[in-house]
Formats: sequence, structure tokens, C-alpha cells
Amino acid sequence: MALSQDKFGIYNPEKPRENRITDIGPRHFWQYFPPVIQKNYGKWAYHDILEPGVMVHVAESGDKIFTVRVGAMRLMSVELMREACDIADKYCDGYLRFTTRNNIEFLCTDESKLAALKADLMSRKMQGGSYKFPIGGTGAGITNVVHTQGYIHCHTPATDASSMVKAIMDDLFDYFTGMTLPAKVRVSMACCLNMCGAVHCSDIACLGYHRKPPAIDHQFLSKMCEIPLVVTACPLAAISPATTEDGKKTVKIKEDRCMFCGNCYTMCPALPLSDKTGDGVVILAGGKLSNRISAPKFSKVVVPFCPNNFPRFPEVTANIKKIVEAYAKGAMKYERLGDWAERIGWEKFFEATGLPFTEHLIDDYRLAYDTYRTSTQFKFTDSAWAVSKAADGV
Amino acid sequence: MAFEPKSPQKKLDYQELRIYSDAELNNYTEEELKNFKIKHSIPICDQLESGPWPSFVSDAKREALHRKKLGQGRMLMASEAVEDLLGQLEVSLIHGETHWKHGGIVGVSGYGGGVIGRYSDLPEQFPGVAHFHTIRLNQTMSKFYDTDFLRALCDLWEFRGSGLFNLHGSTGDIVFLGTITEQLEPIFQEAAHHMDQDIGGSGSNLRTPSCCLGRARCEFACYDTQDMCYDITMTYQDELHRPAFPYKFKIKFDGCPNCCVASIARSDIAIIGTWCDDIQIDQDAVKGYVSGKFAPNAGAHAGRNWGKFDIQAEVIDRCPTKCMKMDGDKLVINNGECVRCMHCINTMPRALKPGKDKGVMMLFGAKAPILEGAQMATLLVPFMRTEAPYDNVKGVIEKTWDFWMEEGKNRERLGELIQRKGLPTFLKAIGLPAAPHMVVTPRANPYVFWDPADVPGGHKRDIDDYRSRHAR
Repeated sequence: MALSQDKFGIYNPEKPRENRITDIGPRHFWQYFPPVIQKNYGKWAYHDILEPGVMVHVAESGDKIFTVRVGAMRLMSVELMREACDIADKYCDGYLRFTTRNNIEFLCTDESKLAALKADLMSRKMQGGSYKFPIGGTGAGITNVVHTQGYIHCHTPATDASSMVKAIMDDLFDYFTGMTLPAKVRVSMACCLNMCGAVHCSDIACLGYHRKPPAIDHQFLSKMCEIPLVVTACPLAAISPATTEDGKKTVKIKEDRCMFCGNCYTMCPALPLSDKTGDGVVILAGGKLSNRISAPKFSKVVVPFCPNNFPRFPEVTANIKKIVEAYAKGAMKYERLGDWAERIGWEKFFEATGLPFTEHLIDDYRLAYDTYRTSTQFKFTDSAWAVSKAADGV
Repeated sequence: MAFEPKSPQKKLDYQELRIYSDAELNNYTEEELKNFKIKHSIPICDQLESGPWPSFVSDAKREALHRKKLGQGRMLMASEAVEDLLGQLEVSLIHGETHWKHGGIVGVSGYGGGVIGRYSDLPEQFPGVAHFHTIRLNQTMSKFYDTDFLRALCDLWEFRGSGLFNLHGSTGDIVFLGTITEQLEPIFQEAAHHMDQDIGGSGSNLRTPSCCLGRARCEFACYDTQDMCYDITMTYQDELHRPAFPYKFKIKFDGCPNCCVASIARSDIAIIGTWCDDIQIDQDAVKGYVSGKFAPNAGAHAGRNWGKFDIQAEVIDRCPTKCMKMDGDKLVINNGECVRCMHCINTMPRALKPGKDKGVMMLFGAKAPILEGAQMATLLVPFMRTEAPYDNVKGVIEKTWDFWMEEGKNRERLGELIQRKGLPTFLKAIGLPAAPHMVVTPRANPYVFWDPADVPGGHKRDIDDYRSRHAR
């Protein structure tokens, strides 16, 4: 039965409940496994990365499946998807999958087709000159940047997402197509604190952030918003009820308490935060998710603000480059970025990367004390000597 | 035991489902694309066409051309939607502010989730995206597809939507990006009836569960992540589609502690595979790594010369519990001290495998910063053998929901509720005894909230009795 081509399809607005089916769930996964995966499900012996972006998984039976991983934009047209389908039909018996980091993986059983598949993928370019399906994203390199909607589709962003990721990945492209780092480096991007992209445990994270308290639309606030919900939305109790001079119910904000999280705007459209000069990008580093060697850890703020210089974000990309290069130079094999920073000490991290340490990087939010140094163990760096000088000690 | 799919579905055939002819799908030439200008001037966006990484601007432009040549008669959403989206993006980049309005309650009949309303605040300038709602479709487990399914999805979405989507959203769904209100119900019905495909979650409900690729293509998976994720998705369709919770609730399934779907940081309940017996060792393969026959870490470090593999430096000394040593040319592991961090197994996958007695761990309360700061999940259930239909796992999930729905405040994630009420209270609610593996250290403050039942005589005091010994 073909997909319908009339306005409402099989839906009849006159009888909305007619023939309705609900709660059927997603398609069952089994049918989307290539036969070699069905046959060897749960019986894989080992895998090898044959070259960046190309893997072979070998089953206990000796069967093999080859995977070619390519970078893909999270925002994708049906045209590009159809092109990926053409490729999968030609070389992969029609099977492909997506990774959690928005790469496409072409799954290939026939080793003899592998060389042609790789050549085909790298030969395809967009009209503007970029690759359509660049091969890479495996092992000790940088794979695709997961990101959020930004100005493409979101109502709360403090920066744009797709453009920043394009700028970052253009800059880090050699790390995507290569495996030259001490361990994998996961770069993530979220355009506001809601963190739909969950960047809070990434090796390097870019986070859109506001720096100005909400503007208050006093004339409409009480019509658009439930004031008690707005008041309780603020985690720092900075918002309280108020009345305008002409008698309208509204709210007032203790601006020195605001840390620009945007919860109030989530509850109330009459409290917008976005602002051209106020908004920008925070860079965090040193987080990870894997339990390998050390425990998972949160990313830490290492650059408190970069301006939204659209579309190429030169300050953001330059700072990321500094972090990646210092890490590549200093870390041991298998050592994740956060483990490297902890081993050498964060004071050395700032020296090695050349990132300035400012008072904005000292926590003054809840549980800040947990991050203060309460020992006599530290390493001498230029910044330590600067403090000694300021104290008239050297 | 061989895996048997419990609910095989009819295979979709694109040739039966398709909307567009081959001629319509190939309706422009490279030359036309080269000369194509969208209806707005977008010099800032144009800069994003250069550079090696795939350009979403170039990609969107060709979709814009494709739609223009198909013509409005061959689609139900504005044919210029993509051009207007790029136009609005350009204005947003100039203004440094988004131009999407806040809010907009739309949905499909009977569901409270899965659709997110979105309206432009520049509708006159960009009429093609005046209404631009999102639909989340429940992805298949681990995002495996065939081209019949994806092509049908493309036709459906080009015909009734913008032709742009996210593959995938952060939570896991296939995200249909941008359609008009009157097409929401038809899209849902077409997907359900013709493709056996439901929508996912949004709002204060169970969000679309997601899993790692597990046994499909990974030698580390300690349980069947796909099957459990599918089973739980199907079991809790009502919770997925009809908001009844204080806030969002995420469940994610990772087959091992490598945590490839980030369950430990991103889900209210993280289910992570593990084992409770000894790591399996193939001593011949150990020798293979030591001799340089096999590349360590599956060749992940091949891009740089790190020198010859050194099992002492790269595996034994990196072990967080120092529970390994070489005895001659044999690797010996003191499994009682192992914390199953996976480093040795990741580094020498041909030589080492997880144990045979496998199960899951359950961790609770992870979330991103909003509202109370970021939280990682807390390990409470250290090991659980489980088999389909996973009744013991579901029992813990449902006890967790009972507690959260009873005690949680509006917009309070599970992790925040556990913080507010205290972990011991949550343990009582889900019926687990306290154990040292739940904490990094015991508490450093002595401010224990003693329950009256724990103190002889309870908390009842008699001031007269006290005064009988102490003058005022």
C-alpha cells in the first residue's frame, strides 16, 4: 500500500477516531541487521580498525562485517539521505546505520567492494566544495561533534549550533580523518544550558551562554505566564511578584542573583534572555563518560566566554585547537584529556594550553568549596609567581 | 541461546510505498545546482559552504532546488520552506538572536508527546517557515536501517514536511524538522499505518529509550541491549506518549562500562552491562599482543608511532586497581580486586573477554545542568541477572516511578528529587539495602537524620522528667 498523496492521507478529519492505531512503537530492529549480523548476533570475537574510519568485526564463526564510518551533518536533507541510500544499495546490500555521534556507517559484507566504496564516498562533494561523506571518526581521533538545534529550530539558544560545528570540524578535520591523538577526544556542542546535546561530560564542550538577565515584557507577562511558576522556576530565588505602575501583575528580578540559566524563560515567554552582545560561548574541557581506567567525570569551564562571531567562531576554534594540540603533545597513550589535566595538575593545564585563568573560572556557585585547593601541593607556574608578586612576596 | 525476534514485522518495500518517480527524484542537474540562487541573499551562510566538513548550507540548497523543481503541486508543506529556513538563519546570525517563538502547543490526537510546536517570529518575511513543527519518530534500536525504510521516510517527509531532518536527535529519535499543524495527524497516521512506525516522546513523559549497538556488532556487550530497549519501549508506550510525570524521564541501555550511549551521564535510569565472574583470558592471544602480532586497542593508535606495545606499561600499570601481573609469559588477574573498567579488555580484545556470568547494573539520577546542576548517575544495583521479559528490571523502574510521581515536584528530575529527599529515602522507596558501593566515601559530616524507630524510646521527650534532674 503506497504512501498517500492526498491532503490528509488515510486520516479523515470528519471521523478522527476512525481506523486509528496508536502505541505501536518503533519498527523491530531485527529486520535491519544484515544477514551476517543476524547470524552472528552476540557471537563477535574481536574487531580491528583497518584504517581511519574503516573497521572489521570478526565473529567466532570467522564471518566478517566491514564498516565504513563517515561524518554526517546532523541537519540533513532527504536528498543527502537518498544519496546515502544509493551508496548503501550499491555496496552494502541496502544496510546502513547511524552512530550516537551522528556519523553514518555503511555496513559491508563483501570485502571486494570495500575499496570501491571508499573511493566512491571520498569522490562525492557538495556544490560548495565540502565532502559529502568524509571517512573517519574512529580510534584515537576526533569523531563527529554532537550538537543541538541552535538558530535552525530552537527558541532558547544563546548561540548557533550547525554553523559552529561546521567551523570546528573544518578546523579539526585532520583529527577526524586520522588517529594521531593519545586517546579519543569527544567534542560536543550545546546552544544553551538546557544541554539537549549533554555536553557536560565531553573532552571538549562548547556551550552557548547568556550573560544578561532577562528583559521583562511587563505589559504582557501576566497574560502569557503563570507568575507563581515563574517565581519558583528560578533556582536562586531572584524573581518575585511585582505590580507595574499601571497596575498590571508582573515580576521583578534581583539582577545580581541571576546566573542566566534561562529557567524563567522556559516557564515564561515574557522573559527573553537572548542578546547579541550578551550571548556567547563557554568552553569546557576534561569530561568523559567511559569508565575506562578512571571514573566518568564532568567537563570543567576553561574559557568562560567567547563572542558569537558568526559564522566561523574564530575565538572558539582557536581555543579548541590550543587545547587539542597541548593535549596531543603532553598526554600519554590511552590518557583521556581530563586524566591528562588531572595528572599534570590544572595549573599546568593552563600553562600548557596558554589559556588565561581568570576569576570567572573559580566556582562561586553551589558546592564551590569542593573545587578549592585545600592542600599545600601545587606546581609552580607563571600564574603562581604572578600571585606571589601581587602579594609582594617575590 | 539463539536470539529469536519476538515480533517480526512485514518488510517494507519502497517500490510499493514511494510517492515520487525516479524522474522526480533526479529532477535537477549539477549545472542547475551550480547556478541556483535561493530567493534570499545569505552571504554569511554562504561562507559555510567552504572547508572540507560536509556543509549543511550546501545540502539545504540542493534540497531547496529539488523542492522548487518538484513544485508546490507535489508537496503539502510550502515548497520554499528550506529557502525560508536559510533566510531566517541568516537574519538570526546578523541579529545574534533566534527568531523562533517560544512555545506552541500542538500534537496528534490522544498523544501528549512526540510533537514540538514551533513558529517563526518573522512570518511575513519567511512564510515558508511560519509554522515549523517538529515530529520525533521513535528510531529503531541502535539506529540500524535498510534503504527501503529510509527512502520511504524521505518521500513521506518531502511530501508532507520540509525535507530536512535530524539523523538523529540527541535523545535518539529521528527528528522530522518542520511541518504545518494540519499535517501532523496525517504524518502520524501515514507512518503508523503504512510503515508500522510510531512517534517518540517529548514533554513530561518517558523519552524515547535508546541503546548502544550491543550484540549486533560488539564483542563487549554483556546483555542484549537492543532487546531490552525494545521490550521496555513497547511495555511503556503509554508513559512514552501521554505525559503523566513531573518532568522528562530517560532510560538508556549500555552493553558495557564503555558507555557508548552515555547512559551514565544522560539518563534517569542507566542500565549498564557487566559480569560478576572472571575475565576470560586467551594466553596465546596475550602472547600475540606482546610479540606485536596484534595491534593494541584494535589499531586505534595507528596514526602515530608510539613504539612497541609494552604490556606492563600500557595495561598492567594502567589498571586502576593494580590487579594484574605477568607470571612468566602468562597474564594473571586477581579478579576479586577488578572493578571491570574495561581498559585491559579494550586494549587486548582478542586476548581478554568479559566473564561468562553476565548481567546489568542499574544507576539512577543523571541529568544535564538545568535546574540544579549536572549530575552523574549513582550506582545502586550492582548486579542483576535478567532475561526477557525483564520483570525484575521493570519492577525497579516502576518502584522508581511510584516514588518520583508521589514525591517529585513539577519539573524536578529524579536526580534532583534524590538529592532533596536523600539517597537513603530513595533506597527505602525502591526496597534496596544500603551498601558501600553506592558511595565514593562514607559521609564526613555526622548529621544523620535518625529515625525515631532507630532510637530507644523514639523521639518523644518529657520536659518534666528532664527538669527533675536539671534546674531552670
